[in-house]
Amino acid sequence: MQQIINFFINNKNFLLFLVLFSLSVFFTIQSHSYHKSKFVTSANFVSGNLYSWSNNVSSYFGLRTENEKLLEENSRLRNQLQKLEQATPLETLDSTMMALDYIVRPAEVINNSYSKTNNYLTLKAGRKDSISPEMGVITSKGIVGIVDQVSTNFSSVMSVLNSKSSISVMLKASGHFGSLVWDGKDPRRMQLIDIARLAPVAVGDTVTTDGRSTIFPKGILVGRVADFSLDQSENFYIIEVELFNDMTRTANVYIIENTRKEEIITLEAASENE
Amino acid sequence: MNNQIFIQTVRFVALVLAQVFVFNKIDLFGFISPYIYVLFILLYPVVTNQIQFIFISFLLGLSLDFFGDSGGIHAAACLTAAYVRPFLLKFAFGVSYEYNTVKVSNTQFGSRLLYFTLLIVIHHLVLFSLEIFNLENILYILKFALFSSVFTILISMVIMVIFSRKK
Repeated sequence: MQQIINFFINNKNFLLFLVLFSLSVFFTIQSHSYHKSKFVTSANFVSGNLYSWSNNVSSYFGLRTENEKLLEENSRLRNQLQKLEQATPLETLDSTMMALDYIVRPAEVINNSYSKTNNYLTLKAGRKDSISPEMGVITSKGIVGIVDQVSTNFSSVMSVLNSKSSISVMLKASGHFGSLVWDGKDPRRMQLIDIARLAPVAVGDTVTTDGRSTIFPKGILVGRVADFSLDQSENFYIIEVELFNDMTRTANVYIIENTRKEEIITLEAASENE
Repeated sequence: MNNQIFIQTVRFVALVLAQVFVFNKIDLFGFISPYIYVLFILLYPVVTNQIQFIFISFLLGLSLDFFGDSGGIHAAACLTAAYVRPFLLKFAFGVSYEYNTVKVSNTQFGSRLLYFTLLIVIHHLVLFSLEIFNLENILYILKFALFSSVFTILISMVIMVIFSRKK
């Protein structure tokens, strides 16, 4: 007994090191598992508020470009609205009569990373703004990521620039779908995999979300084909996609809630159980 | 002694904030960021309770992880650095360490550089191995660790010069 106690006393530094090291590896592995509630997240009170203060200052530097972006989007939306009004008389359009499939909410980005292999953003919108995990995040130009953790006032978003992220997208022209992943190298380019060899691909083709998942609606812009080659088995293409959205300067985003998500998930679960 | 606690606390907070709001935003060539918060571990008083030091280093790493959504990678890297520090001190400063007379800010340039280099490289290797978490990309890990280490060493030496007390 004496010897055991002596062993612990003599090696107390190493034992403490071992215990804490295992704890940090546990946190690391937990951060790699998708959509589990985590202990270590920037959507907490301290870092959320600090990021939000710092953003209060730094957001002034990008006001001009953000304004231009919003103006451009406004004019595009106005044009679309006009077309819609011409096609359908306004009296029949009553927003309270239509059940919306998707609800869009604005949010401010208070922290953004893009140079690591697993990148996250922190948004100034949380549970009290009806944000919940697994909602899609987009800008006017393209996709940004998926909500990961939510606290009362903040939420952390897994960026598409994350080795764990995989988003189902399609080639707009032909409708062939595959998964959009990131190899961790260039924040302007992502890789589209699992597109069958017989699909017609050309440089410059537009890539959009395909609406198969319950997270993003169909037709959100993603990027354009920059380069493509066959993978090792020569059955599938690996397509380099140049993102429309500049992930390195994202200041304002929209969070998308799919109101029919529950229904779709229950239905899919039911048919899987049969 | 109280004075020492005060200095260390201020240094802890200042380095975390500087790391999160200044140095994390630096992306040299798009992917190199310096991790200067390691200075806290480098400059912690040499004569110290090792258990307490390991625990504080863990907290330092964990605070960085909270800001960066990175799980436990900074915590693990800081722990390793704190654990191996006595061996590195002995290796770099030799006899004077054994007689407890080392004060990092008063050492010669050569041995200080050696000490900084070894500790920072070990810290960065653990950090990037856990961040990339895939042995297939070992070349990538080494590349990141090397470039970032050089950058971190450079900036920490500069900070040492700027903040050194003149006699």
